[in-house]
Amino acid sequence: MATRPSEITIIGGGVVGLSVALGLLQARRRVTVLDGSDGDFRASQGNFGLVWLQGKGADFAPYADWTRDAVAAWPGFAAMLEELSGTGLALDQSGGFEVFTDRAELEDFSAALERQQAHLGNRFSHEIVAADDLRRMHPGIGPGVVGATFCALDGHVNPLRLLRALRSAVSALGGRILSGAQVSDIAAATGGGFDLSLRDGRRLGAERVVLCAGLGTTPLATQLGFVTRVRPQRGELLITERLADRLPFLSSTIRQVDEGGVQIGGTKADVGPDDSETLGMMATLARHAVTVFPALADVRVVRAWGALRVMSPDGYPVYARSPRHPGAYLVTCHSGVTLAPLHATALAEWIDETSNAPDLEAFDENRFALSDAA
Amino acid sequence: MKIASRFLTRPDAAGAVHLTVDGEPVTARPGDTVAAALLAHSGDASRQSGKGAPRTAFCMMGICFDCLVEVDGRPNSQGCMIPVRAGMVLRRQRGLRPLAGGGEDA
Repeated sequence: MATRPSEITIIGGGVVGLSVALGLLQARRRVTVLDGSDGDFRASQGNFGLVWLQGKGADFAPYADWTRDAVAAWPGFAAMLEELSGTGLALDQSGGFEVFTDRAELEDFSAALERQQAHLGNRFSHEIVAADDLRRMHPGIGPGVVGATFCALDGHVNPLRLLRALRSAVSALGGRILSGAQVSDIAAATGGGFDLSLRDGRRLGAERVVLCAGLGTTPLATQLGFVTRVRPQRGELLITERLADRLPFLSSTIRQVDEGGVQIGGTKADVGPDDSETLGMMATLARHAVTVFPALADVRVVRAWGALRVMSPDGYPVYARSPRHPGAYLVTCHSGVTLAPLHATALAEWIDETSNAPDLEAFDENRFALSDAA
Repeated sequence: MKIASRFLTRPDAAGAVHLTVDGEPVTARPGDTVAAALLAHSGDASRQSGKGAPRTAFCMMGICFDCLVEVDGRPNSQGCMIPVRAGMVLRRQRGLRPLAGGGEDA
């Protein structure tokens, strides 16, 4: 039996889907979030929790701008979310390093930061820190480090508490979250709206649908006439035993969780839908951490895991309206944590098609259609 | 006040291994894990969490990390994964370990 249609149905209950849901609920829409199963690849439960601007959009100005706005909006967003959910997010935006052990990589990245700087002007600043200066600043940095870059706007958050806070906030505002709701088919309903079939046999109606299904996006996108295809990229992570001392720095690959454990990550592998961890990558990560900060040699790793990033063909976000089915939207990105404050405000306005909606044409999927034709 | 252990020693257990817990002499059975020896010795907490809450061994199979204890100078050791040895020096784990002073690898 079909249930009463909700005004907007979000397919995907991760950080991206819940952020969009939160924004639509704050605009007083009626919202249902369909969350898949625990067996699904859930980027929101395996990620590193960076709120990161450094290097983003060096070769795509709209992404540099969008990320800059998101990072600036994080403090207010975190305060609002903590208030609504009663959950602390451990947001810390006191600046972050990219630490290099290879001189050529440092030079390439420095050049990328120059291009990002050119896009953002006085809305961005970065520093290239010579190895000796870095070691003067942080004496624990190892001799194998050849230099670093620094951006004062970078930071991190506790990603699992972010997910929990978003779920609580969405519920607190009257959003309905259905668990174990894996959508297998979407079809346009006669007379408008959409019919959704769930894998367990349930059927649901929706006036509008927002596809935020992470690595589950592609088959549903196809049914709605979108051309965007996403692919998984595996990252592996380690976490150490908890420490009483605070690490004196944050880097994009080594960060200390607010509870005290040190998380180490940043590997990239194109291995398809396989999120298992590997001994080789674990060793690489451990070696990297000890090279950067030798005192970590004595700290034990207590857990290792793999997780899959959600990558669009060019790595940038996709915000698209279905040309074939008005009322269907596609939202996918790799940086769901960093971009959450905008997904809960500007993007929700864009989906709601308000007069304040931002121009997100640069993120439309027509860029893929064009590159296919070229 | 000492809280009595809720665990009974195996009737077939033979022999004795002598070790200390926070300086106090304790007798364990050969083949016991450190966590089993601590549970048999006392019903009191064997560690304090990072926030100071009392904890003791729970899963006994290396998963829960509630049996953390300092073993021969090495903090945060999983007591349920380590067999007792004669002369072992155990200390209850109080809060988180410091960055420096993790001891030697066992």
